Amino acid sequence: MFSFNDIKKGALISLWFIFLTFPLMVIKVDPIERIIHWRWSNAIMIGVGTFAVYLFMQFLKYRKEQQIQNRTVKDTEELSIIHRLIAEPKKRNILFASLMAIVLIFPHFVSTYQTNIMITALMYVVLGLGLNIVVGMAGLLDLGFVAFYAVGAYSYALLNHHFGLGFWVVLPIGGGLAAIAGILLGFPVLRLRGDYLAIVTLGFGEIIRLVLENWNEFSKGPSGISNIARPGFFGMEMSLEGSILYLYYIMVAFMIFTIFVVNRLQDSRMGRAWIALREDEIACQAMGIDKQKTKLAAFSLGAFWAGVVGVVFAAKTTFINPASFTFLESAIILSIVVLGGMGSIVGVIIGALVLILMPEYLRALSEYRMLAFGAILVAMMIFRPQGLIANVRRTYRSEKKNNPA
Amino acid sequence: MDYFIELFCSGLSRGAIYALIALGYTMVYGIIGLINFAHGEIYMIGAFTSFIVATVLSILGFPLLAIVALSGVAAAIWASAYGFTIEKIAYKPLRHAPRLSPLISAIGMSIFLQNYVLLAQTSDFMPFPELIPEFEFMEPYAHVVGSSDLVILVTTTIVMLILTYVIKFTRIGKAMRATAQDRTMAMLVGINVNNIISATFIIGSALAAIGGLLIASHIGQINFYIGFIAGIKAFTAAVLGGIGSIPGAVLGSLILGLTESFATGYVSSDYEDVFAFSLLVLILLFKPSGLLGKAETQKV
Repeated sequence: MFSFNDIKKGALISLWFIFLTFPLMVIKVDPIERIIHWRWSNAIMIGVGTFAVYLFMQFLKYRKEQQIQNRTVKDTEELSIIHRLIAEPKKRNILFASLMAIVLIFPHFVSTYQTNIMITALMYVVLGLGLNIVVGMAGLLDLGFVAFYAVGAYSYALLNHHFGLGFWVVLPIGGGLAAIAGILLGFPVLRLRGDYLAIVTLGFGEIIRLVLENWNEFSKGPSGISNIARPGFFGMEMSLEGSILYLYYIMVAFMIFTIFVVNRLQDSRMGRAWIALREDEIACQAMGIDKQKTKLAAFSLGAFWAGVVGVVFAAKTTFINPASFTFLESAIILSIVVLGGMGSIVGVIIGALVLILMPEYLRALSEYRMLAFGAILVAMMIFRPQGLIANVRRTYRSEKKNNPA
Repeated sequence: MDYFIELFCSGLSRGAIYALIALGYTMVYGIIGLINFAHGEIYMIGAFTSFIVATVLSILGFPLLAIVALSGVAAAIWASAYGFTIEKIAYKPLRHAPRLSPLISAIGMSIFLQNYVLLAQTSDFMPFPELIPEFEFMEPYAHVVGSSDLVILVTTTIVMLILTYVIKFTRIGKAMRATAQDRTMAMLVGINVNNIISATFIIGSALAAIGGLLIASHIGQINFYIGFIAGIKAFTAAVLGGIGSIPGAVLGSLILGLTESFATGYVSSDYEDVFAFSLLVLILLFKPSGLLGKAETQKV
């Protein structure tokens, strides 16, 4: 299976990686105590690891070639199990009903801590769905998504702090302000080509964070705003546990609402315009679609969800500061969309659950979380650009009729 | 007036460093049309490598000149090796993919490298050994221009001259320009495009590593996060000058360095980074092709 040449090439690649990682992985200096640590075991690990990964990839390649040789011509399209489940309404309803039941009774069987984690995961599901509108459907790479999240969180924190406004009042305001911020940013930058847009949105995200950090009179600077009110329920007093449970159900309802809206949007006139714009801008304009307006709609709608989740975030943690809104946060949300499959709603939900819950339960690996996120982005682009669960475009097929009418 | 000159000089040296990084962006963009997001990380790795090598050598008791030379060479070698490897792993398989794919891959690479250095080394700020001595002949002017500013300017000028020579007159430079102009045509006349792309990454990374060494010894400390902001600023500079254009990158960097220096000197240092980002947004608004760039026309 592995020829001598494969082994030789693998060994050479391992040697190259040992050389590459030598200064950073092997040497560690302490300039104050003037001590050098030599960590030779790391070099061996890198060498063996690279070799194993190389052989594994050769093996996969070999198997793929075998498969191609053995494959008989298949006429039916291969779809993943999930897609087949969704395609049939009967099975789909059963699946959804059982999932809903699990989601609804979930917090009664686990600790408050677990519920809290689940709220976070649900928040990321909604954030992912929001970014999915911008990146997945409209094809606009937005690296400053967290800015809108920050706008939502700060609008609740500030309005609550200064005017005592409640959660339910601010929820639409926060979303609206974020959507307005999206339009304000969108106007100048949407004329730009994809990669410029990515950098400008990134810059915008950083500007928002830096302003929040430095404008002390407005945002209280790096120390942040504390004692933000939790969501109220007709003025009832609630225990901490009760309010977390309440927030969980708010988030569940909110997620279902989001899924519903995004699903409807996808098949709407607007959604089709987004997809067309993503595929080919010029052809799309030639068909009479207003490029500026369509892009702005995607941008502001995506921002709206981020703003609303921002409000929930502020209410959940009761404390916010600018450190919660760094570029890494944007990168995590982007990883969710890319891992799940750009444009695919089911994919984004699964992507969010995997990426947010996994590091929580594998505490030992949480140090390597960001490392893994980076690697996932690269690996997904190279091996599976359509994501874990690809978006299936609606197709129409003409059925052959046996009896001529 | 002294204050003005001081700001001017520090702005120039700042701009010179940005130029070293911006050249990598602009060269890569010129050839494969990709914003190499991981370029800031290459610069950070260059700075870290020189930090490690310089500290090891100084503990072993080498003379200062040897430390400067060896750590500079080591930084350039390893940064180039990283640039070369990154291109092979993350960009080469995506050469014919849609535009968004290599960009996302580059962002992933950038996050990966940051956390790789964080885990392999440390998250703390490390004190960088002083590699640039205070020159005696600079004593009378010390209140307006520091020795390290001078070293940065001189080094950058020399590097730029060498680069200009390489691009203008050597075989590989001609091949690079040909590839940038039209990749398919370059292939037809017998240029090995893959090798040229690798060479571009290697040269760009070496330049960034030299920039990393200079700025780290100028500021006196480094950590794993320095590449991010420096990368964005250098990118701003490259866009300001017109991405893809080499003189444009230098011009844009100097303008950005001076703007930042004067803005922090006369307005407020809290918003140092905001100025650069605002400048970027403004350029893209009014002249997306940059100062010296060619406006791109799209053919259907």
